[in-house]
Amino acid sequence: MAQDAPVLTMTGISKDFPAVRALDEVDFRLFPGEIHALLGENGAGKSTLIKVLTGVYELDRGEVELDGASVRISNPHHAQQLGISTVYQEVNLCPNLTVAENIFLGREQVSGPLIRSRRMRHQAAELVAAFGLNIDVSAQLGSFPLAIQQLVAIVRAVDLNRANADGRSRTGVGTKVLILDEPTSSLDRDEVDILFGVMRRLRDAGVAILFVSHFLDQIYEICDRMTVLRNGKLVGEHMVADLDRVGLVRLMLGRELQELEKLEEHDLAGTGTTVLRANGLGRKRSIAPFDLEIGAGEVVGLAGLLGSGRTELARLLFGADQADSGKLELRGEPASLRRGPEAAIARGIAFCPENRKEEGLIPELTVRENIILAMQAARGWARPIPRDRVDQLVNKYIAALDIRPADPEVMAGSLSGGNQQKVLLARWIITSPTLLVMDEPTRGIDVGAKAEIQKLVVSLAGDGVAVLYISAELDEVLRLSHTVGVLRDRTLVARLTNGPDLTVDQIMQTIARGGQS
Amino acid sequence: MTSTLADIRARDWRALTRRQLFWPTVILVALLVFNLPFTPNFFNIGLRNGHLFGSLISILYFGTVPILVALGMTLVIATKGIDLSVGAVMAISGAVACRVISDATDQNSMSVVFTAMALALLAAVAAGLFNGFMVAVAGVQPIIATLILLVAGRGVAQLITKGFILTELSQPYAVIGGYAFTVPTGVFIVVGFVAFTALLTRRTALGLLIESVGGNAEASRLAGVRSRRIKMMVYVFCALCAGVAGLWNSSSLGGADANNAGLWIELDAILAVVIGGTPLTGGRFSIGGTVIGALILQTLKTTIFTIGIPAQANMVFEAAVVIIICLLQSPAFRARVVALGRRGRPSPGPQPPVESAAPATASASVEVAP
Repeated sequence: MAQDAPVLTMTGISKDFPAVRALDEVDFRLFPGEIHALLGENGAGKSTLIKVLTGVYELDRGEVELDGASVRISNPHHAQQLGISTVYQEVNLCPNLTVAENIFLGREQVSGPLIRSRRMRHQAAELVAAFGLNIDVSAQLGSFPLAIQQLVAIVRAVDLNRANADGRSRTGVGTKVLILDEPTSSLDRDEVDILFGVMRRLRDAGVAILFVSHFLDQIYEICDRMTVLRNGKLVGEHMVADLDRVGLVRLMLGRELQELEKLEEHDLAGTGTTVLRANGLGRKRSIAPFDLEIGAGEVVGLAGLLGSGRTELARLLFGADQADSGKLELRGEPASLRRGPEAAIARGIAFCPENRKEEGLIPELTVRENIILAMQAARGWARPIPRDRVDQLVNKYIAALDIRPADPEVMAGSLSGGNQQKVLLARWIITSPTLLVMDEPTRGIDVGAKAEIQKLVVSLAGDGVAVLYISAELDEVLRLSHTVGVLRDRTLVARLTNGPDLTVDQIMQTIARGGQS
Repeated sequence: MTSTLADIRARDWRALTRRQLFWPTVILVALLVFNLPFTPNFFNIGLRNGHLFGSLISILYFGTVPILVALGMTLVIATKGIDLSVGAVMAISGAVACRVISDATDQNSMSVVFTAMALALLAAVAAGLFNGFMVAVAGVQPIIATLILLVAGRGVAQLITKGFILTELSQPYAVIGGYAFTVPTGVFIVVGFVAFTALLTRRTALGLLIESVGGNAEASRLAGVRSRRIKMMVYVFCALCAGVAGLWNSSSLGGADANNAGLWIELDAILAVVIGGTPLTGGRFSIGGTVIGALILQTLKTTIFTIGIPAQANMVFEAAVVIIICLLQSPAFRARVVALGRRGRPSPGPQPPVESAAPATASASVEVAP
């Protein structure tokens, strides 16, 4: 990739928010035909930089040049017109419309007052096929897994500029800069491959791709260059080939990886009495009947691909969905969760759902209110927790989990992903659960917060809490779990006891072969 | 130093304007003052026939129904619901009370009046249970679920009044819609209900749980909030408020009119809630805001009479003012007006971003200096 001039240059970018300087004199360059990783912990300023670049925020100081000409990006629409397209972590499309309608939303092809549906369907089918996807474009977007929806969003973003570029260039796409914000956080490995294929194709066509991801493996697999931010400041721009992982993590964190290393000492030996025993528990079209046991102080990890039934299993144990077969025993006594989550909570079960935003947080309530919600709900409306007790609990856990900003009265929805996760954890920890079910607690959050949450799991298990830990990252499952349950095609196919000989490879093989080990 | 003071003052002012009740209060006061040139004695309060009178008193008097109904509506809306049946519930409650009283041999008997009120409120609670059941248990969308009683409720009220306008002459009953200790009884009822609601929602955890259900129903369920029970409670409470409003209404009229009692009140109530700053999307609610919102609407209606808007223009004028109020309430609209004002002035520099950044840094450095 011979690079002549950068397609995008940002110089001395600063952005202030009340009480925080989100970006401080940051320089950033993007060359045509490269995939460029933007890295940093949560709160490092990645999102702010992207929002400045896409016109969501107005910059306070600094200059943006696109193709050598100074530009002022006033809003997201303007950014798109300039050739800067963005696909966000959350899919911002309409699940109730078809794939084709979503791709052409807002720029439908019309003849007179009529929409040319058939032609749009044909074009959408071609586009989708060109991206290596084999899906029915006349089906509702919502009927597809999140991963497919994500790819459709990319098809839409890139195509948008192709339409704009008509007449100007016939050779390539009109997109000069494509921003992918955490596009892989909900994708399977196969789907990641498809996405990477698409990204490479676009790169070879001369598009500059800005890629944000928390998966370091993926950065090293696909990126050419990277920019690292820390606390709103630029700490370095490197060719990916020139910087190894340890060096990168050191740059991001600004400190040694002691936290992560300390975890290695986590005692994987002794577990106590059985807290939960599931016998043939199952739910039709959701998860095949399974047997599972979790002891006090034991961490059971669940591994498996996206859609393998990890979440479905967890939801049965919490009563979020009702089992239609099998039996559940809690601390030796038969338990019915027919009354749903409140019954599970009353029996000491806590559940951090995978989907923080939709199923976890109440965004318009404050951090304080979010933290006490489960405890208060269990007490009932008529017995409010005394205010000084609330303050004591909330302040204690804001400090213990290092929730930032450390202000209990701030709206929970305004927190970064990692901090939102910590708020949810605090919500459950104060209920003193005997079984904590965590579904992807570290997804989409930065290395530092991830290490803190892992540390917390270890210390909770040390206090005798039984933990069910679900993660797509096998490293993490392996590091934390005493026992690893492997799921495949909505069936619990194996239970592997963790020990020095269990490796990520073995887990992967089990996932691939489906049991017998 | 003066710039520092000015700066602090500006900051205080900004903090003040961000308070939830600031804009509703400003609008209410402006609307009241607006009356002064048209009615010089607008703020006068006198004593006539042993009770207070004046424009302000009449606003409070007629404000009883909208405030009561809007109060219940606030909690329903906070759970992301809506209750269209409040007018019909008012009609039912008034009809039941007047039926009991007019059928009694001694209309002035206290026991008759209390029985009438109890039965009327019981009927209202039954209506609320029905709404709550439809929404929370049957899972019908609130707007549809309460539409059923909006239509059927008036039918029920007509069955109770047998299609007539039921009149009653009970003196004790007239006190509810009349005056007590020279002040409109409605004021006591409203103050009592507002205080009760505030205590109920803010001194217990009910307010938190209502806001949590309205803010994110699924997340609340997974946090163990019994959202069914919460929803049931707010619909029953809303119907109870409407029931009391129905009692006041029939008492002040001296009879029950199944067709017209509380007609269109649901719209006024929803409007009052929204003007008061509780969003229709649920979540955060403001009881004080609702009270001010209802007072704004009532003041507006009084204003229309006192400044002599022709009767046929009433509706259009009211709608126009409501639109203006809603625009003033919208932060996006205010920001745009401010931006327009700035653009109107001769601009010192060609580059707006630099221009807007400069004062920000200046004030920041001033803040640090002392």
